[in-house]
Amino acid sequence: MARALINVPAKAKRGDIIEIKALISHPMETGYRTGTDGALVPRDIINRFICTYNGEEIFSADLFPAIAANPFFSFTTTATESGRIAFRWIDDRGQAYLETAEIAVE
Amino acid sequence: MSRKPGPVETSRREILAAGAGALALIIARPARATPESMAAAIKAFVGGADVREGRVILEIPPLVENGNSVPLTVKVDSPMTAQDYVKRIAIFNERNPQPNVALFYLNPRAGHALVSTRIRLGDSQNIVAIAQLSDGTFWSDKAELIVTLPACVES
Repeated sequence: MARALINVPAKAKRGDIIEIKALISHPMETGYRTGTDGALVPRDIINRFICTYNGEEIFSADLFPAIAANPFFSFTTTATESGRIAFRWIDDRGQAYLETAEIAVE
Repeated sequence: MSRKPGPVETSRREILAAGAGALALIIARPARATPESMAAAIKAFVGGADVREGRVILEIPPLVENGNSVPLTVKVDSPMTAQDYVKRIAIFNERNPQPNVALFYLNPRAGHALVSTRIRLGDSQNIVAIAQLSDGTFWSDKAELIVTLPACVES
């Protein structure tokens, strides 16, 4: 099971631009490597990452094998209201990993 | 005097042909993006629009020891208002197996057009970042870097 690390400030002033960091443990198997038996290891990467703020999308990405293992993203958003920032990573098997963080905006 | 081709001759020809085929396979095996395939990927992203240099800053170390994880930051000079913001940022490379690296979708709520990630590089090459603004224009920046230990060699 993938482990995710996210970094969202717990508190912010309304209108502040905050930095969000997200990292998930995932091999990001490219599909170009050969295993010990000489056969190609099938591709298994996270191909989509979506971040929502109280349900509204604030950032997303389409990913390719050139993204390093344990994909890391950092981006910014404007603190508008208290609520939940949700992260979703989807891999080639269609499996989704979810993580959320709460933010208090005053 | 008619001379029939002997079985030995045919088989030698076959072996040579098979050998040539195998050689072609070996050469074709590490499929690589090329500057041409990167240009094609960029064309697929921008359509027919012009890509101008400027407004985008691509930050990536010029000398990389380990190609498996290379930090990369893209900044775009944009006010990020509802009228004028960065819609998408795409990263391309020349010499990995695929020319695409990532495509980021932004919106005015981002406040800054600033994205960081970590990428893999199979060789020393040029990296290109292209930003699509809300007015439909495309801006780019390019960085050349040297990789001493490329990704994809450990196995």
